[in-house]
Amino acid sequence: MGDKTMILNIGPQHPATHGVLRIQIELDGEVIVNAKPIVGYLHTGIEKTMESKTYTQALTMTDRMDYLAPMSNNLVYVMAVEKLMQVDVPLRAQYLRVILTELTRINSHLVWLGTHATDIGAMTLFLYCFREREKILKIYEFVSGVRMMSSYFRVGGLAKDVPVGFDKRIKEILDIMPNKINEYEDLLTENRIWKNRTVGVGKISGEEAIKSGLSGPLLRGSGVNWDIRKANPYSCYDHFEFDVPLGKNGDTYDRYKCRIEEMRQSLRIIRQALEGLPEGPYITEDRKIAPPPKEEVLKGMEQLIHHFKIWVDGFCPPEGDVYHSIESPKGEIGCYLVSDGTKRPYRVHFRPPSFVNISALNKLAKGRMISDLIAIIGSVDIVLGEIDR
Amino acid sequence: MWEMIKSIFFAIPRGLSVTFKYFLKKKVTVKYPDAPPVFEDRYRGLHYLTRYPDGKERCVCCGLCAVACPADAIYMEPAETEKGERYAKVFEINELRCIFCGYCEEACPEEAIFLGHEFEFSSGDRGDFIYTKEMLLANFDKIEKDRVAKNIKPFIRQEKYQFKKPADPIH
Repeated sequence: MGDKTMILNIGPQHPATHGVLRIQIELDGEVIVNAKPIVGYLHTGIEKTMESKTYTQALTMTDRMDYLAPMSNNLVYVMAVEKLMQVDVPLRAQYLRVILTELTRINSHLVWLGTHATDIGAMTLFLYCFREREKILKIYEFVSGVRMMSSYFRVGGLAKDVPVGFDKRIKEILDIMPNKINEYEDLLTENRIWKNRTVGVGKISGEEAIKSGLSGPLLRGSGVNWDIRKANPYSCYDHFEFDVPLGKNGDTYDRYKCRIEEMRQSLRIIRQALEGLPEGPYITEDRKIAPPPKEEVLKGMEQLIHHFKIWVDGFCPPEGDVYHSIESPKGEIGCYLVSDGTKRPYRVHFRPPSFVNISALNKLAKGRMISDLIAIIGSVDIVLGEIDR
Repeated sequence: MWEMIKSIFFAIPRGLSVTFKYFLKKKVTVKYPDAPPVFEDRYRGLHYLTRYPDGKERCVCCGLCAVACPADAIYMEPAETEKGERYAKVFEINELRCIFCGYCEEACPEEAIFLGHEFEFSSGDRGDFIYTKEMLLANFDKIEKDRVAKNIKPFIRQEKYQFKKPADPIH
């Protein structure tokens, strides 16, 4: 701390920090010299709690990390367990997972767009974004039963098959969304105030971004072509055609453009997945992992015994550890899982994209004015539930 | 200068046209407390314990829901009738611990516990959230009355299945 600088605290209770993030900034006049994010105010011990639950029970905890993208969190966890146990997931389940995680991406980006724009002063957009988000949340309720904490994916497939009328509901979204995204762009993209607040703010070069371990739109906004869906396709992403939108300057405006374009690409993926949605089982038929269908359980004694065994004891993956990562809306979310051969995980660790991305805040904010900090936090797109776990 | 003209004559009217378009359109806001909310069929709300058509409760107190529950919200004590039929002497769900994941419903082998659409249960006292067996059965009676009034087909089996002998082997 020099003689001329002063220390200022933003948060943890501040609406523009999107949760309980505390930032300690060192100011020289209005210019930021240093910005230090301090996290941990929302620590709930999710990783530790998961160690005392069976693999199926622990799934419900993952919803509560990044509550704006519950399906992505579910997916990374179940895929890590599947990788450990080498389970074959039926094609139908994989396609449905793709549809739902891409919807999650749109959902998460809509919340980001609404709140980010409100932070900077474009209030109108918030309502429009949440209006469309509501439709996506209704689809979650339609398939899983709950709007946010869905717990819909299971090890080996899905909890239930999608209800009748699923494709109609998705088509509704596909029909309205392109127009709505154009509308958001009408309001913002060429808006002079928006451009003044975002162009050149929070710049980071591609090289610096890689060094800081950034991922997701933050990295792609700087022009680095890195998308796990393309680089290391999981869950049938190699069946679909889509582009990875890239920015040039790595500033807040480019990240905004990237995310808007990502929503369009997500719609493209959903459309292809829906057209090619195969018939078949929704969960693996390996009875050591998934219980038999309910109708069989109610009729057959053997099936009933299996049902009891699965729900009481769960399954025991072989000893070992595994890391699996997927492209969540916010970046690379990874799950590191250690199994000691019992029915409960020995250790679960997540690599949350928000946590790594917010650690680069100092690089993004250094030398900018204090009011730019709000735009920068918004463009990083953080969820504190995921950062603190 | 050109930037300013572009902004005044093109960008701002373009943005405002979106705003004015919705000004005249039908509102999408859900009038929740005045109008009842619409739920999907699979919505997971307050639990209920079901009965057979003759009024006997289905729960046999096997404990599978309590084991499946990730939040340890279910407590039960078994007992037997004179005929030797098992039933739940005590069955309690702590709705404050419950995370509404629906695992109890999935795990139940007797179709005895379900999550209904009731979501407006509030109280000033924490003790009120421990739902006993009688309260959970009363929830069902309310739903059943509603179902009969609306003449909807029941979605759970009405009679006990007879297990086939010998049981079909499975893979």
